[in-house]
Amino acid sequence: MRGKEPLFLLLAVAVAIGCSFGSGVFNRYYLGIAIDVGINVILAVSLNLINGHTGQFSLGHAGFMAVGGFIAAKLTLLCGPACPEALRPLLFLGGLLLGGGVAALAGFTVGVPSLRLRGDYLAIVTLGFGEIIRVLFQTSEFFGAATGLTGIPKWTTFGWAWAFAAVTVYVVACLVNSTYGRGFIAVHDDEIAASAMGINPVRYKVTAFVIGAFFAGIAGGLYAHHKAVISPSGFDFLKSIEIVVMVILGGMGRTVGVILAAILLTILPELLRGVAEYRMIIYSLLIIVLMLTRPQGLFTFGKKGTVS
Amino acid sequence: MSALLECEKVTIQFGGLTAVSELDLRIGERELVGLIGPNGAGKTTAFNLITGVYQPTSGRIAFRGQPTAGVKPFSLSRQGISRTFQNIRLFASMTVFDNVRTAMQGNCAQGLGETLLRGRTFRETEERVAHEVIELLKIFGLERFRDTLGKSLPYGDQRRLEIVRALATQPRLLLLDEPAAGMNPTEKQELMKLIGFVQEKYGIAILLVEHDMKVVMGICQRIAVLDYGVKIAEGTPEEIRRNPKVIEAYLGAEVTD
Amino acid sequence: MDWFLQQSINGLALGAIYALIALGYTMVYGVLRFINFAHSDVLMLGAFAAFYLTPAIAGMLGPQTIATALVVIILSAAICALIGVTIEFLAYRPLRKRPRLTVLITAIGVSLFIEFTGQHEKVFGAATKAFPKLLPSRDLTLGALHFSSNDIVVLVLTALLLVVLWFIVQRTKLGMAMRAVAFNEQAAALMGVNVNAIISFTFALGSALAAVAGIFYAMRAPGIEPLMGIQPGLRAFIAAVLGGIGNLPGAALGGILLGLLETFFGGMPGLSNYRDGIAFAILILILLFRPAGLLGKVQPEKV
Repeated sequence: MRGKEPLFLLLAVAVAIGCSFGSGVFNRYYLGIAIDVGINVILAVSLNLINGHTGQFSLGHAGFMAVGGFIAAKLTLLCGPACPEALRPLLFLGGLLLGGGVAALAGFTVGVPSLRLRGDYLAIVTLGFGEIIRVLFQTSEFFGAATGLTGIPKWTTFGWAWAFAAVTVYVVACLVNSTYGRGFIAVHDDEIAASAMGINPVRYKVTAFVIGAFFAGIAGGLYAHHKAVISPSGFDFLKSIEIVVMVILGGMGRTVGVILAAILLTILPELLRGVAEYRMIIYSLLIIVLMLTRPQGLFTFGKKGTVS
Repeated sequence: MSALLECEKVTIQFGGLTAVSELDLRIGERELVGLIGPNGAGKTTAFNLITGVYQPTSGRIAFRGQPTAGVKPFSLSRQGISRTFQNIRLFASMTVFDNVRTAMQGNCAQGLGETLLRGRTFRETEERVAHEVIELLKIFGLERFRDTLGKSLPYGDQRRLEIVRALATQPRLLLLDEPAAGMNPTEKQELMKLIGFVQEKYGIAILLVEHDMKVVMGICQRIAVLDYGVKIAEGTPEEIRRNPKVIEAYLGAEVTD
Repeated sequence: MDWFLQQSINGLALGAIYALIALGYTMVYGVLRFINFAHSDVLMLGAFAAFYLTPAIAGMLGPQTIATALVVIILSAAICALIGVTIEFLAYRPLRKRPRLTVLITAIGVSLFIEFTGQHEKVFGAATKAFPKLLPSRDLTLGALHFSSNDIVVLVLTALLLVVLWFIVQRTKLGMAMRAVAFNEQAAALMGVNVNAIISFTFALGSALAAVAGIFYAMRAPGIEPLMGIQPGLRAFIAAVLGGIGNLPGAALGGILLGLLETFFGGMPGLSNYRDGIAFAILILILLFRPAGLLGKVQPEKV
């Protein structure tokens, strides 16, 4: 297995893109959901790096998603019309990476101050940052203020979404399953002992935030080009909570569990269509019941931090 | 032989409380020094000062000639100070193998890039690390536990694991905080042998905080005694055993001979 | 200068409301060491309780009389006290020994549950409802200053409640037990304190205060709706942190300060859009530079 991981990644990306080409066959509706799932996998796995593996409780992940989404969408809206059709994928990729990059910067800005805070204080600060980001977009005319951006070209296909999902899983899993990566888990388990063993907790926490934010930004960009419309209100505290619930449901720190949880929680609202008006009530009850009965998550098998 | 660790008039105050006052302590290479004193005397605080967890209010600490003021604990660890803790602080979610492997992180110079690219350098580093971890576990008889969760081990083995983990950072100075706590006499005997073995094989200096007098007197070359944050005596085990100030600190002023 | 004084009065009234809510947050944090996210929804429930009670009570005691107002307030407070105790019993007590983050998430779940259920058509419905007038509000002038008689009522009643609370906490055995549990739960239990009962009482007290605050808030607001608790709840939480979470005088002080700050900033042109952001910015600044808050004590971690 050692050393062959990059091959697995290339394979996964190839499959994703391949499926995408053949996806005309599939029902558009289900395809849309499949793309949603891919995006949520990226969000959940990236948050898992921060919350699950490194143990830094972040409640502002939607903020990073917003940054990526707005930046990518704005770039596309500005340059899209002038861009020749053949170069569109490049523009898209560029937008996504730019969005991810700025989101990573935001992650750095959030990560650094959060270094000395623990537990609920950290949660509140990250929540605060998420909200500040949202308010900034809400008051920015450049990004459409409260209405947000509309008319974003729907460039996100199954291939794009799932290729990036594969990349996210690859990066996070590879990162954690290495001697270097043990540092993340060590910071989570016992920061003081980790320091005493030569691990720089600051470096790991900030790295987790930056990488987590980067991928959240990518997810945001993909999301923007999937829904064609984004507004600041869609990236609020509730959105952050939704991602957090995926991570908790999946068992914090268990990559496979988190992926499964993301899939389940994306599909669930569709399954609950019949009781749509009770959907959020059931969802919040689910959170309570989960915490009371199985806080370690539903999918807890295999060693923590490994891809089984 | 210059001192490995030098503490000069080290003082630390928490609010109105002076936890350690004007501590002078020198530890040379390969020395086995004990630090004893009644509960609350400031021993663990001294450890925290030496390892950089606390910064002294006044005074100076130098390790290998370099002042440690303002240096973060992880940096000091990389320079060669390692420790165990009074209440065992293993990495709770990790196996025995990983607990030790984590401690090797500082020495293996593995970066973000290699981890992601998984090239040949990465594989070689991982193999080397794995090899060294297994060797260490074998030496200390923990190899059969390698895939067990660290915290599932029997108590005595957990303490041993903590010491092994500290050794994995290749320290020059090892601080042991009450390693014999909670052990029965047989385990204590084994611990004493272990500490002696560690010192010989790895040629490191050891500073030992311990309450059990047999252990301390049995293996330490030199002992310093703290009481209410002040060093009241220092000398060989024999000298300390007979020192009236020490006896008074432990037993109270009225002592019948 | 007049502007300053005018804003001060408005700010104080708002601050009083925040103080009442902040006390609930801080009391619960003191005894259970976690942030009760659902607290903001209790204030909403208090306002709604008053909404439904007022017509009935007014029918008996006459509309817009002091008697009606008092009965409505007391009843609403009692109802919310009960709700608070129930929430604690069902959702938080089973998690007493669990990591604080687990309880935090549960609290978030409870909060969302209350909000979404409230929004359902069969419960309150999502639309904003006009809050009934509890008291005849007169506009008073003192020189160049304008304020409503409601503001006076709010200030006086809040001051009264604060005094009562101070008395309970500092001068009764119950209060002493509360402080003991906040200081060290195990030791308090060993001293014969019924920890569960004290915690329930703390929730009851905090929820009752929140209900009163909710009613006061509704009196100033254009209307009530299921999500009305979120904004004031958040501000009050920030106030509690500002004053030092776990510290009761701190919560009161923080509430008043935040009310004043918010009113001053809200009054300045150009900044009012950023009001939300300012509140959060204050929060982050406190947590970064003085996490213990203005009146809190710094707790160094024991290694």
